[in-house]
Amino acid sequence: MLNYIWFGMIVISVICAVLTGRTEDLSKAAVGGADKAIQLIISMAGVMCLWTGILKIAEKSGITNAIARLLTPVLSLIMPEYKNDPDVMGAVSANVTANILGLGNAATPLGLKAMQRMQRHNTLNTSPNNSMVMFVVINTASLQIIPSTIGALRQAAGSQQPFSVLPYIWVTSVLTLITGVMLAKIFSVRS
Amino acid sequence: MLKFFQCGVDITDKIGIYAVPAVIVIVVLIGAFKKVELFGSFTEGAKEGVGSVMSIAPSLIGLIVAVTMLEASGFFDVITRLLGPACSTVGIPPEVLPLGLMRPVTGSGSFAMLSSILEKYGPDSIIGKTASVMAGSTETTFYAITVYYGAAGIKKTRHTVPAALCADMAGMLIACLSVKML
Repeated sequence: MLNYIWFGMIVISVICAVLTGRTEDLSKAAVGGADKAIQLIISMAGVMCLWTGILKIAEKSGITNAIARLLTPVLSLIMPEYKNDPDVMGAVSANVTANILGLGNAATPLGLKAMQRMQRHNTLNTSPNNSMVMFVVINTASLQIIPSTIGALRQAAGSQQPFSVLPYIWVTSVLTLITGVMLAKIFSVRS
Repeated sequence: MLKFFQCGVDITDKIGIYAVPAVIVIVVLIGAFKKVELFGSFTEGAKEGVGSVMSIAPSLIGLIVAVTMLEASGFFDVITRLLGPACSTVGIPPEVLPLGLMRPVTGSGSFAMLSSILEKYGPDSIIGKTASVMAGSTETTFYAITVYYGAAGIKKTRHTVPAALCADMAGMLIACLSVKML
């Protein structure tokens, strides 16, 4: 998909630049963009590494497992098909915990494991059951205590307080997640 | 206390500013209590961080070039002018609209877009804050759907796409409202 999007972005920018007479700006932008990207990556790397370092301590202290245990009852409530299947619920809560802590690299493999385990007891074959839809919808929402990439990007842009937006992000992501869960419930009745 | 209000930063912002050091202190204290080898673990994790930054670098370079070109071509101005009035009526600043359209489709693309918005309008402006909240409060919807169903051999998606996309749209509105109201 990214293939088409990237192609589309380049083509649209060329057409648009020709129409608005900004072709000179465009050639400057292509070269400048590459330069800017490397500067951005270097200036955000510090914050990102600080965070992955702290998270490693959290993982080794058992904080990650403790959060996962706390989440299991809540998740069982919205995924009733698997509430008595510790194998599935274990992978599901581990995935959600990894997302909350911002362990993006760990979250995806755990989520895939959860999906494959759910598929074993899925009576709809190639269609997802309601719990599987719910799980994917939860994963399309984002609930993160410290969204480190956003903080790093703001830091790189010279923000006075890169993390001042956190409370807004918390409120927005919690409300968005609740909306998603409710919609998944409502739509499941009709589909 | 007086100084607290004079510095021009409101309480909501303060919570965010203190959240990061608070989390660091809590994690380190629990780690020390559990007798985890603190510095060794930190450097081990930070090393993984270098790896993950480097792994997103190539796609970020490609997408930042594309976003910078779109920006320079005047495309965003056209979009903003066309859809701006409709956005303003529902309370979305037109400047963040391209980011909202990009967010569910590509993660690195929306980070590239966010970085260009932050640079243009300033990270601490209303537009910069709204864009940060929009980018940080939702995931790459289509990526999650494709990868998770793909791994389980699921072919049909039933009500996944409508539920996830409606939630994304609601999230976009909530992001704008939260920055205005809190």
